[in-house]
Amino acid sequence: MKQIKRRDFIKIAGATAAVSAFGFPGIAAAAGKKQVVIVGGGTGGATAAKYIRRADPSVEVTLIEPNEHYYTCYLSNEVLGGARSMDSIKFGYDGLRKHGVTVVHDMATGIDAAAKKVTTKGGKTFSYDRCIVAPGISFKDNIAGYDMAAHEIMPHAWKAGPQTALLRKQLEAMPDGGTVLIAPPPNPFRCPPGPYERACQISIYLQANKPKSKVLILDAKDKFSKMGLFTQAFERHHKGTIEWVAAKDTGGGIKSVDAKAGTATTGSGDVHKAAVTNIIPAQQAGAIAITAGLTDESGWCPVDHKTFESTIHKGIHVIGDAAIQAPLPKSGYAANSEAKVTAAAVVDLVNGREPGTPSWVNTCYSIVAPDDGISVAMVYNFVDGKVAKVKGSGGLTSMDSSPAERAREVQYAYSWFNNITNDAFGG
Amino acid sequence: MPAKKSLAMLLSSILMLGSTQLMAAPSASMLADTCAGCHGTDGSSMGPAIPNIAGMSAEYFNTVMKEYAEDERYSTIMGRIARGYTKEEIALMADHFAGLKYMSTNQKLDAAKVAAGGDLYEKNCGKCHDEMGALADDDSGILASQWLPYLQYSMEDFQADKRAMPKKMKKKVEKLSAAEIEALLQFFASQK
Repeated sequence: MKQIKRRDFIKIAGATAAVSAFGFPGIAAAAGKKQVVIVGGGTGGATAAKYIRRADPSVEVTLIEPNEHYYTCYLSNEVLGGARSMDSIKFGYDGLRKHGVTVVHDMATGIDAAAKKVTTKGGKTFSYDRCIVAPGISFKDNIAGYDMAAHEIMPHAWKAGPQTALLRKQLEAMPDGGTVLIAPPPNPFRCPPGPYERACQISIYLQANKPKSKVLILDAKDKFSKMGLFTQAFERHHKGTIEWVAAKDTGGGIKSVDAKAGTATTGSGDVHKAAVTNIIPAQQAGAIAITAGLTDESGWCPVDHKTFESTIHKGIHVIGDAAIQAPLPKSGYAANSEAKVTAAAVVDLVNGREPGTPSWVNTCYSIVAPDDGISVAMVYNFVDGKVAKVKGSGGLTSMDSSPAERAREVQYAYSWFNNITNDAFGG
Repeated sequence: MPAKKSLAMLLSSILMLGSTQLMAAPSASMLADTCAGCHGTDGSSMGPAIPNIAGMSAEYFNTVMKEYAEDERYSTIMGRIARGYTKEEIALMADHFAGLKYMSTNQKLDAAKVAAGGDLYEKNCGKCHDEMGALADDDSGILASQWLPYLQYSMEDFQADKRAMPKKMKKKVEKLSAAEIEALLQFFASQK
């Protein structure tokens, strides 16, 4: 047990007073136990919580997450397409509780790196030896007029849940012959292939139910993830339904909206009044990372890639979409992989050991038609202090792959979904 | 260049080289845990199509990964993944998964086909796929309780010459009808 200074003892005793039912043994435990507090219960946070407990059950893990359920962003596009229910992307935290994780449904509002404490909206304070922050993303104000009220009229659906349900409802309510406008964000952002898979999924719904309708993608970029494969899919499965327009042809895509009037305006001044408008704003790290001073001028969190410990605040690790992890992408698989590297490092660090050499994988499937799946994969290792792609590994589905192969990739995508969600949230 | 300085440079370059080369390989669990996103926690897949890899023999794992990396064995994605690892790293993962418990799957199957497959198993497959396909030590993949779509894909690949069959297996497979093969696959999938 480490030496307790008088001042620390008062802090610990004070914290313990709140749970005085545990009496004296509570004080002893608080002083001797290794405590990890995880902020955010998405794929990264949940995976980290579980894998710390698997590696060392003597570490107390508290997960702070405001919502009682998490809706995965991955495969939420299939809810829009109609192949999947909201319930199928909904996950609770009982599985983590079975692993001995203390799950607190509250909103973290502050992290004091010097005092090693997390405070919450509910007025609680949690002390930690190591903190893992997995807050996902928040939105930048890059589109004039896209305020909180506008989110409810022109849903982003880039955090799955009620926004996904709202966008689906709007698709169901729109008349045949209408246009669905999708405005993808500039780089870097969560799930780089997501907007284009979304276009395919919405097109699947429209072709089956409202065949005179269109999907118009007004991009903030001139190129995008899996572009060759998506372009092939637009041609093969969505010809006449999906139209993609590069940023250079619109003055940079959608720059402002008037949600009440239902209009969206491009940089070159073209006004679009679509039946359904899906605005996906530019992104940065989740709000708590910004509040806690974990972000740099880019809006994302710089980290030491060996342990994902913040290079700004010691003792705090940032994982998932919020971190600067390139060449790893901002994907669910990468968050899961980063969480395991970080869990192993945190268990080593709280036990006074030097963390081992990390290794990561990313695999990302997109379902572009009911029986057509495409993927990108990569293995990453640790070279000269940074994440690096392993040369010769990874890459995309072949443009020439057969329909049978593409159908297999859909089944693999569903298997991946079942396995990664069970790996993160399962008991 | 003064001898002292060049010696110092030589030494520092050796040290730098050393620090890169002496970087320990990732641990077996560090490597193997990256597989879980697709193959399930501890290599036990929830299905419907990605196979279980827990409990398979280390020899089989090493062979398969080498074949994937060299495109000797067809895959949609595993070739891309397998090329990311050294032989030593693959061996670490092989031993790791060989030591994990194989978990039974629970999948909807056709009872009549399972029964028909049971009648065909002994005569056609039993000599090599021991214990109804459950024995890892026969150094073929574990077929018992494996996810049915995976077994079907594998057989399609064998029959399309995308994957090499041992001579004895090829002879047997060529004599079986499509319905008989499907029955056998259902039988293997049904084993617990």
